[in-house]
Amino acid sequence: MSIDKDTAARVAKLARIKVEEDALPALAQEFNTILGFIEQLNEVDVDGVEPMTSVTPQRLKRREDVVTDGNQQDKVLKNAPDAREGFFAVPKVVE
Amino acid sequence: MSDLNKLGLAEARDMLRKGETTSVELTEACLKAIDEADALNTFVHKTPEIAMERAKAADVRISEGDAPSMCGLPVGIKDLFCTKGVDSQAASRILEGFKPEYESTVSQQLADAGAVMLGKLNMDEFAMGSSNETSAYGNAISPWRRGNEDTPLTPGGSSGGSASAVAADLCLAATGTDTGGSIRQPAAFTGTVGIKPTYGRCSRWGIVAFASSLDQAGPMTKSVRDAAIMLETMCGHDPKDSTSADLAVPNFEAMLTGDIKGKKIGIPKEYHMDGMPEEIESLWAEGRAMMKAAGAELVDISLPHTKYALPAYYVIAPAEASSNLARYDGVRFGHRASLAAGDGITEMYEKTRAEGFGHEVQRRVMIGTYVLSAGFYDAYYNRARRVRALIKKDFDDVFAAGIDAILTPATPSAAFGLGEMSDEDPVKMYLNDVFTVTVNLAGLPGISVPTGLDHQGLPLGLQLIGRPWEEGDLLNTAYALESAAGFVAKPGKWW
Repeated sequence: MSIDKDTAARVAKLARIKVEEDALPALAQEFNTILGFIEQLNEVDVDGVEPMTSVTPQRLKRREDVVTDGNQQDKVLKNAPDAREGFFAVPKVVE
Repeated sequence: MSDLNKLGLAEARDMLRKGETTSVELTEACLKAIDEADALNTFVHKTPEIAMERAKAADVRISEGDAPSMCGLPVGIKDLFCTKGVDSQAASRILEGFKPEYESTVSQQLADAGAVMLGKLNMDEFAMGSSNETSAYGNAISPWRRGNEDTPLTPGGSSGGSASAVAADLCLAATGTDTGGSIRQPAAFTGTVGIKPTYGRCSRWGIVAFASSLDQAGPMTKSVRDAAIMLETMCGHDPKDSTSADLAVPNFEAMLTGDIKGKKIGIPKEYHMDGMPEEIESLWAEGRAMMKAAGAELVDISLPHTKYALPAYYVIAPAEASSNLARYDGVRFGHRASLAAGDGITEMYEKTRAEGFGHEVQRRVMIGTYVLSAGFYDAYYNRARRVRALIKKDFDDVFAAGIDAILTPATPSAAFGLGEMSDEDPVKMYLNDVFTVTVNLAGLPGISVPTGLDHQGLPLGLQLIGRPWEEGDLLNTAYALESAAGFVAKPGKWW
């Protein structure tokens, strides 16, 4: 399975990372090197093996369904690049 | 006493308790050493005011008696840990200026025990790297040099700043994190001790996430005893991390008897790699001889899926990273790109992430995106998770057969020069983690102990892998290895 320039562009788009047109061939080449390395996994017989979700077979703990936190809007917004009137501000999304 | 910064945790603790020194004196010695070591580029955010304030508080607590072991001991904190009000940017441009409003559980536990934070330590960006060369702060540099050369060497990665700072005696110990070997490989490169505990031992809350099913915090120290002391403070159940284990934390230091008579030490045949330097082979042989001389029984074992650990890791870790790093979008924290007229929210995301993430991080996020994308999820991601289950089963089988610990080399080579790997393809750099990454995939505890020097005078380490949750036993085996190896070399001060 080889990745071409168009696939590299599609992956960059999905990852929301801007990659300049002239950087795409080198990126595709890097992907191919890494994916070539990963291809070794096809040698392994994985029939009947469940994909691992957790290394420790532990049931996740449950807690009471109650409010435990809140009322810290100023702290939540403190590190925002652009916060206005208690909200995160972003470029216009809806016309 | 001069050179207080050269002490380990245990010695400094004992001196504090006897009133032979104070936390203020220890802290001042470290702060001075840090200011003289800017050439190593380890402490990237210094916090002398916080340090002195905590040192004074620790001295009061010690004078009142009954202070915990870590009380008054100056340590460095890897930049991956969120520290309240102090820059925490995971060595990434995308988190430039980020000052968390909260403290990570691990660094909070250290603070509660009275440990003194000296500052934040350099690392690979988002902990992605094996040489500290992907950092937005620039390279951290090892205090070690090859013979009489002045080529700057890597301290390893991703916890390169932590390893370098401990090796150069800028702090008594440091925190690290380990996703594929990021504590153990830099420890081996710098002649220090690093332990990654069992997955779930340390809370991940407040540690910037890379690959959540693999990430674990751990201490980087000057001795196995110090590792036992600091690990105990870092461990423990935390309701804020649902994967944190609700298990009692033993007194690890009390388990250091050095007696390993009758212990079964597994020697995995798959760790004899083609092309491995002779020096690593002989280091390993010496380690086996030391274990045997200490009364342990050596057992040849097989971990048949070892070869597939790195390729499985390079599916799973990027996949998890692509999800975890989706949060860096220029909206809630850190960097936002300046936008051109007419740019919408998608352009904001794309430009922000292109400017904010370095090359290696971008590459891994995109690989992760690819292996999780429709049509490839089964072929790559699910297959890697199945292989991961087989890798874990390899370990389960040998432990079920009575093996107490497994002895392997920690790294396939000594530290290399900064820039020496930059022309290689990325896979070559990934091979640094060939002996350590299996341990993360299986969720096991692993420790790197310095046991020798190579022909250039650089440190080399061996790794011991233990049974899940049995860090105490593992530390004791490491203690026996450390005692037998008697590694005392230190880098000469050139900085």
